[in-house]
Amino acid sequence: MKVPFSWLKEYVDIDITPRQLEEKLFSAGFEVEELIDLSAEISRVVVGQITHMEKQEGTDHLYLCRVNCGPEYGEDLAITTGAPNIFEGAIVPVALDGATLPGGVTIKARKMHGVLSNGMMCSGEELGINNDWYPGAETYGLLILNDDPNATLGKNICEVVGLDDYIFDISITANRPDCQSILGIAREVSALLGKPLKMPAIDYTCPAQPDPSIQVRVEAPDLCPRYLAHYVRNIHPSESPRWMKRHLALSGLRSINNVVDITNHTLLEIGQPMHAFDLSHVAGRSIIVRRAHNGEKIVTLDEKEFTLNENNLVICDAEKPVALAGIMGGLNSEIEDDTTELLFECATFARDSVRKTSRALGQSSDSSARYEKGVDQYSTELGLKRALHLIQELDCGDITPTCFDCASSDNRERKVIEVTPEQINSVLGIQVSTQIIKDVLQRLDFGVDDAQTPWKVSVPRYRDDVEDFPDLAEEVIREYGYEHIVPTFLKTASVTNGGLNQTQKQQLKLKRLMAGQGFFEASTLAFYSTAELDMLHLPQDAPERKAIRILNPISENLSIMRTILAPSMLNVIVDNLKKGNMEGRLFELSNIYIPHALPLTEYPDERLTLSMGVFGPGEDFFTVKGAMEAIAQAFGVSFTYERETVPYLHPGMTAAVYCGGVRLGVFGKLANDVTAELKIAKDEKESQNIYLAELDYGKLAAQFPADRRYQPISAFAPVKRDLALVCDESITCGEIQDTIRKASPLVKEVSLFDVYRGKNLGEGKKSMAFSLVLHDDNKELDPSAVEHAVKKILSNLKFKLNIEMR
Amino acid sequence: MQKIIEELAAKVEADLSSVSNKETLSAFWKEYLSKTGKIPGLMKELKNVSPEERPAVGKMINEFKVKVQQDYDTASARIQSEELSKRNAAEAVDITMPAKIRPMGGLHPITLVRNQIIDAFLGMGFQVFDAQEIDDDDHNFTRLNVPKDHPARDMQDTFYLTDELLLRTQTSNGQIRSMDSMKPPIKVLVPGRVFRSDSDATHSPMFHQMEGLVVDRGITLCDLQGMLDQLVSNLFGDGMRTRLRPSFFPFTEPSVEVDVSCFECGGKGCSLCKGTGWIEILGGGVVNRKVLKNCGIDPDEYSGIAFGIGIERIAMLKYGINNMGLLFENDLRLLRQFQE
Repeated sequence: MKVPFSWLKEYVDIDITPRQLEEKLFSAGFEVEELIDLSAEISRVVVGQITHMEKQEGTDHLYLCRVNCGPEYGEDLAITTGAPNIFEGAIVPVALDGATLPGGVTIKARKMHGVLSNGMMCSGEELGINNDWYPGAETYGLLILNDDPNATLGKNICEVVGLDDYIFDISITANRPDCQSILGIAREVSALLGKPLKMPAIDYTCPAQPDPSIQVRVEAPDLCPRYLAHYVRNIHPSESPRWMKRHLALSGLRSINNVVDITNHTLLEIGQPMHAFDLSHVAGRSIIVRRAHNGEKIVTLDEKEFTLNENNLVICDAEKPVALAGIMGGLNSEIEDDTTELLFECATFARDSVRKTSRALGQSSDSSARYEKGVDQYSTELGLKRALHLIQELDCGDITPTCFDCASSDNRERKVIEVTPEQINSVLGIQVSTQIIKDVLQRLDFGVDDAQTPWKVSVPRYRDDVEDFPDLAEEVIREYGYEHIVPTFLKTASVTNGGLNQTQKQQLKLKRLMAGQGFFEASTLAFYSTAELDMLHLPQDAPERKAIRILNPISENLSIMRTILAPSMLNVIVDNLKKGNMEGRLFELSNIYIPHALPLTEYPDERLTLSMGVFGPGEDFFTVKGAMEAIAQAFGVSFTYERETVPYLHPGMTAAVYCGGVRLGVFGKLANDVTAELKIAKDEKESQNIYLAELDYGKLAAQFPADRRYQPISAFAPVKRDLALVCDESITCGEIQDTIRKASPLVKEVSLFDVYRGKNLGEGKKSMAFSLVLHDDNKELDPSAVEHAVKKILSNLKFKLNIEMR
Repeated sequence: MQKIIEELAAKVEADLSSVSNKETLSAFWKEYLSKTGKIPGLMKELKNVSPEERPAVGKMINEFKVKVQQDYDTASARIQSEELSKRNAAEAVDITMPAKIRPMGGLHPITLVRNQIIDAFLGMGFQVFDAQEIDDDDHNFTRLNVPKDHPARDMQDTFYLTDELLLRTQTSNGQIRSMDSMKPPIKVLVPGRVFRSDSDATHSPMFHQMEGLVVDRGITLCDLQGMLDQLVSNLFGDGMRTRLRPSFFPFTEPSVEVDVSCFECGGKGCSLCKGTGWIEILGGGVVNRKVLKNCGIDPDEYSGIAFGIGIERIAMLKYGINNMGLLFENDLRLLRQFQE
C-alpha cells in the first residue's frame, strides 16, 4: 500500500518526521517496506528568473541568458539554453553547478561554444514530473512557473512542484484489509499519535429528478452481500482539480476526467472500488447481479472476450452481462464522450468469488486486487457518499434521489464483544491497567462501555478481523508497546517428559554413522520429473513410474513426487562432477511417496528411505558393501546379499540386501549404459566409478533388536584353523562360507583371508584361503572333535562344491 | 695357575673390548662363561693344584669369574642399548608425512541447525513430533483457522495433489496432528519439509521449518518471549535477545514477528541487520482459541503459544551463507565445511 505523506496529513495533524512515523507504524504492525523520498534524486535545483536573453554567437538555436536565482545562489548567472519557450521574465527551474536530477544526471558548469554556462534550466520532464504533478510540466521546453506565487527566487524547486514529499510503501497484513486505503492508514496514525481524525466530507444533496424506471436487484446475495447504486443525470465530465490530480499522481495514476478520477480517487482514499454504468447502454434500465450462465460471454473494457460459467459473478442488464463483478466493466456500458447519465455502483463482493473469477479468467484490475483482500460494508457506504459528495463538489453531474441498497446480511450494527481486562491480561501475561486498555481501544475507535464487568466493547464496522478478546489483547499490546512484555520461562507450565523417542534417536544415529563412514548428507527436492525415471532406464511398467502428480507444478521438471531417491542422488553426483569434485560419499535419509492408488484416494505412504551415492577412483563395490556392513553392525542386525538385476545398475555388480529374510533394497555400480548418458564430459565417462544404494529405512528399523542382552563370555578357548581350498572360478565366497558353517555347529566364524590364481592351479580354478574359528560353548574342544569337524567340512565341500584342499 | 689366570684375563679383556653386537657378545659368553667355557674350565684345573694352595687359587678363580660376569653384564647392557637405538633409528618415520585417515563425513547444515534447535528445546521438556508431509486441506488450513475464502491462503501458494490432498505449506499441520493425538500439557516440536509454489531467486519450492507448540494452563505471550530468548541464546550465543512486533497469522492471536538482536554487530547496526540492530528470524503468537477448539481443547481452560522457524534462514544467518540455493546444491566443497 503506497501512502503519500502529504495526503495522510490532510486527515491527521502529523507533527513528527516521516522517519519517526515509519518507526511508529512499524511497532504497530505496519512495516514500511520502503520510505520513498520523492526529492532524493534532486539537489541544487532552485527557482530562477531570466532577466536578459540574447542569441549566443556562433549558434543558431542557443540563447545565453542572465538568470537571477536570488541572493543565495547568484542574482546574475550566465546560463545557456536551447529551449524554445523562453522569454525575458520567465520564472523557471534552474539546476545549478553540481545539481543532480532524476536518473542520476549531474549538472556541471561548463563552456558551451566558448561561453561558460553556470548550470541548466529545466523542463518538467527533466524533473521527472507530468501535468498531473504540476500544470505545464509536459510542455515542450522549460517548465514555466510564472503563475505560481509560491515560486520565489532561490527556492528549492521540490517545494514548488510538490516533490518535497514522501511515499510510505506499507506492507499490510492479510487481517487488515481496512488499511488498504489512505483513510485506513490515517485512522491508525490518528490512534498512534493520539490526534483527532479529520474525516473527508461526505455530504451531498439530491436535487435532480428521480427516474422510477431504473431497477436494481441482486440474485446472488451469497456472492454480493451488499450492493449500492445511485443514479446521476446530466453528466458533463471536465478536468479534475489540481489537488485531485496530485493525489492520483502520487499514487501512480493518470488523471482522465473528473468523473473517472472520482471513482479511482474513492478506491485510493476509502478503499472502495466503484464502477459507473452508462444507463443509455443498459438494456431495460435494469441492473441484475447474478451468477453467469454457462457459456455466457463478455467483452471487458480492455477488449478481451471471456466465456463465463456459473462460478462467475456478473452485473447484467435486462439482456446481457455488462460487467465482471468487482473486476472490470464491459465494453458495452463504458463511459463515452456522449455519456449523459450514469449509475454509480458501490458494492461488497465476496472476496473469494472475485479471487476465483479473477484467477480463472486471468483478468485482474486495481478493483479486483482490492476486493480479493476484503472490502467491508462500512467502506461501501462511505465510498458512495464520498463519491457523490465529490460529484457535487466538482460539478460533474446532477444527483438524483434514485438510489438502491440491496443488502442480504444486516451488517450495519457494530459487533459487541464482552470482555474483562483480566481476559486481555491473561493473553498478554502482564498487567496492563484498565485505564490504558480503555484508552487504547477508544483511540482505535472501539466503543468501551465499562459501566459493568464484563465490559461491552463495540467494534468499528471496518474491523471484520476483531472477533474475540485475544483480538482486543492484540490491539492493546500493539499500541501500548511490545517492549512491555516481560519474558517468563513457562512459569505456569507442567513439567513434561521431553526427549527424542527411539525412532528419532535411531535416525539420528544412522545419520551420524553415515557421517562417520565419510558420507556427507545431501538435501534434495522431494519432486522431479519422469525424465529422471527415464535417466535410470526404468521400464514403462516399473512400479516407480506410479508416481503422484502435482496438479499445479511450478514446471514439468518438478511435477511428480519422487518414488525412488536414486535419480536425486545421481543428479547430485553429476553436479559435483561438473564442479570438479571428482570423488565423494553422499547420503540422504528422505521420504519417497508411494500411492496406494492413482489418482490418490487417501494419504500415500511416506517411506523414509536411505540413499547413498559413492563415486571416485578409490571406491569399489566392496567399499559400499563395507558401509552396509557398518550399518548392520551398528544396529545389531546382519545383512545377506543376493545377486539381483536392476535397470540402472551394472548386472554383474548389483546386490539386493536382505535382513531377517526381508529385502531392504539394493546397491551396486551404476550401469554402463546409464553412465554413458550422463551429462558429463565424454572423456570422463569411461573412468566414472559411481555406486548407488537405496534401502527402505522402515523395513530396516523393523529388524532392529528391541533390547540388547548380555551374552555370557565362554570360559573355553576357541581353536583356529586355516583352510586353503581350490575351487572352480564360478564358486562364490558366500557358497563356501555357507557350506563350511552348515557342516559343523562348532564353526563360529569363517573369514576369507586370501584369494590366489595361478597356472599351477589349472585353467578356471582359484584358491581361496579361509580362517575358521571353532568353539564349543560348553566344554574345552578336544583335538579329536576339531579333527572330526574339519573332516566333515572338507567332505561337504568336496561333495557339494567339488572343492579340494590345496 | 696364577699365571694362567692372568693370561686368560688379558685375553678376556681384549675380547670383551671387541664385542660390538649380540653375535660377538654371545660368542664371548660361549667362549668364557658357558658351562663349557674357559672360566668354568679353570675349576677343572684346580685338582692339579696342591691342597694347600687350593683354597687361595679357588678364591682367585671365583673372583675372576665374578669380575668377568660383571664385565659381561655391562657389555650386554651396552649392546642392548645400542641395538635398541639402532632399531629405533631404523624405524623412525617422517612425522610430517600425510596422515592416513578415512575422512569424516558430515551432516547437512539444515540438519545441524535442526538438531541444535531441537537440543535447545528438549531440555525444556519438548518432544519431537513427526507429522506427515502430504496432508489435507483440513489439517493444513481449515482447522488452523484458514477457511477456504481467507486471503491468508494467498500468503502460501499451495501445491495440490487432489482437491483435498496437498503438500503441506507449513509444519503447522503438526499443531493439529499433535493436539489430535495428545492431551495437554503439550510441548512439541514439529520439524520437517514444507512446500510452496514459490520459484524466485530467494525461494525454494521445498524448504524446512520447525514448529513449536505449548498448550497448558496459563500460558501467555510472556512465555513465548521467554522461551524464544532461550532459543536465541542457544543458537546465536549468550546475551542475545528477542524483540516482538505485531504481525498476522490466522492460527495465532495475537501474532508476532520475532527479531533477534543482531549477533554480528551486537545491535549497533551493520549490513547484516541493515542498520536496524535486529534480524527477523521467526513468527509466532498465542494459539488462536479457534484452533484449540478445532482440536477439542477447551480454550477457557488451556491456552497455548506457537512459533514457526524457517530452518534455512537460520542456517544462512548462522553460517553466513548468502544464497539459499547453495543449501540445495549439495556441492561437496560446501558440505565438507560442516564435518561433524
